[in-house]
Amino acid sequence: MNREDFEILNQEEKLIYFDNSATTLKPKQVVDSVVDYYTKYTANAHRGDYDNSLKVDMEYEGVRDKVQKLLHNRSRKEIVFTSGATASLNMIVFGFMKYQLKEGDEVLLTKAEHASNILPWVTLAKEIGIIIRYIPLENHLVTVENVEKMITPNTKVISIAHVTNVLGDERPITEIGELCSKNEIYFVVDGSQSVPHMTVDVEKQNIDFLAFSAHKMLGPTGVGVLYGKEELLERLEPTSLGGGMNASFDSEGEIEYKALPSRLEAGTPNIAGVIGLGSAIDYLLSIGFDRIHDHELELKKYAVEALEKIPNIILYNKELENGMIAFNIDGVFSQDTAVYLNHYHICVRAGNHCAKILKEDLQVKNTCRISFYLYNTKEEIDELIRVLKNSEDIFKVVL
Amino acid sequence: MDPNLRREILLDHYQHPVGHGLKDEKGYIKINTNNESCIDNLDIMYKIKDGIIEDICFDGEACAISTSATSIMIQSLIGKNKEEAKKILDNYEAMLDERPFDQELLGELNVYDEIYKQPNRKKCALLPFESLRKIIDQL
Ligand SMILES: Cc1ncc(COP(=O)(O)O)c(C=O)c1O
Repeated sequence: MNREDFEILNQEEKLIYFDNSATTLKPKQVVDSVVDYYTKYTANAHRGDYDNSLKVDMEYEGVRDKVQKLLHNRSRKEIVFTSGATASLNMIVFGFMKYQLKEGDEVLLTKAEHASNILPWVTLAKEIGIIIRYIPLENHLVTVENVEKMITPNTKVISIAHVTNVLGDERPITEIGELCSKNEIYFVVDGSQSVPHMTVDVEKQNIDFLAFSAHKMLGPTGVGVLYGKEELLERLEPTSLGGGMNASFDSEGEIEYKALPSRLEAGTPNIAGVIGLGSAIDYLLSIGFDRIHDHELELKKYAVEALEKIPNIILYNKELENGMIAFNIDGVFSQDTAVYLNHYHICVRAGNHCAKILKEDLQVKNTCRISFYLYNTKEEIDELIRVLKNSEDIFKVVL
Repeated sequence: MDPNLRREILLDHYQHPVGHGLKDEKGYIKINTNNESCIDNLDIMYKIKDGIIEDICFDGEACAISTSATSIMIQSLIGKNKEEAKKILDNYEAMLDERPFDQELLGELNVYDEIYKQPNRKKCALLPFESLRKIIDQL
């Protein structure tokens, strides 16, 4: 759907873009909003008293309201703009958890997390002696029972992706959120792969902190969101200090911070990026997540049916209800498959998808990953199938 | 080089690599080599005696280019001393960087003489040689 809005899909050389978990294409509306800022009303935010500066302020702050609408949270103060999911997660770990946790406190993760939701924790563990425990996966999936079993009186945090970037499995967030609030556990959710594809309700789902990136939801790169419950964000120490976040300071070293959310947005923000995120949200909400999700499911069903008929294709997550397919050609290294598909202008991702420790659980180390989004079509899948059916000449192409 | 011949050599080394399988013996130095694409993952083991590379073996998961390059590298290095190995390394890198190099010296490694046309695969062709760089001073 909406392919006419994506200039990159309407070039002479046809492009089949199946790597939407890595980043998505950008519609004209998003690009135009960024270009407008740079060509029609460039100014800094929160600074001047002239027209353009006020307009920038309105646009920039207006995006906070849009994010609030997207996440269904209580207050616009709970929305902090960052450079992306990775930055948001690091702020949660090093600005909040570092001061709230103590030696021996337990943090529950899974081995299917993205590096951005593991490495900060591992580093904090070295710094202050928290203990990281991995929730055992049931057939690669997180179950409420397994989460419950892992909870001890020392469990203080559960930090997991809502949807993983490896198999695209959706975790039972609402139930885990309930467990967290019952047991006074901070619930950190990496929404990088869910916010772009489905409705997230941080209140209903008892989410304390949520991180996601604009670029995986039609928006610009280098911008993302940190959501945190107001009373928690109040206690989050700024990990970055400078202009825009202080109310006053003196030469004695007395600093008074501004109120939320400015306190957590030091320096000139990515204004163009935030504005672009705003139009991406408008764009997605105008289509509706139900329609997007249904479209992705339909594409997956269509593709899986055809892929299953090709004898040397191995599928790893066909039963999962999502828009992602992990596969290999039997006996071919995933990267060679990706290079082969690239020859036909089909973009897929090969690798372990930055979830390096998952291979300890999953028997295969590397897969090819197809991830759909709203603009993908059945015709594109037909082309993929045609190319994969003819893969006996793969080494003629890749070597 | 004739593209068909090149492909044949590459495919042969990929499907039947020289030195495949790690050895559980003393006297080997093991090096793990992970390229920046964070996907190829090979263990390469060197046995060095009296300044000579006596044996090399490897195992792991890697693409056709990395695997075949490892195989041909092993074939080219066994029996070489530090100076000879260094020469092969330097000339191979020169070839991948499109600089002048000694074609004769490189033998079958010449199959990668056009890999510079595919920048994303250059890394794969270089991967096994990174391990050589790490051990060369121990020769
Ligand atoms: C599940 C998950 N978490 C975190 C990230 C990191 O996002 P970013 O690189 O935009 O900070 C990604 C992106 O690949 C992801 O898929």
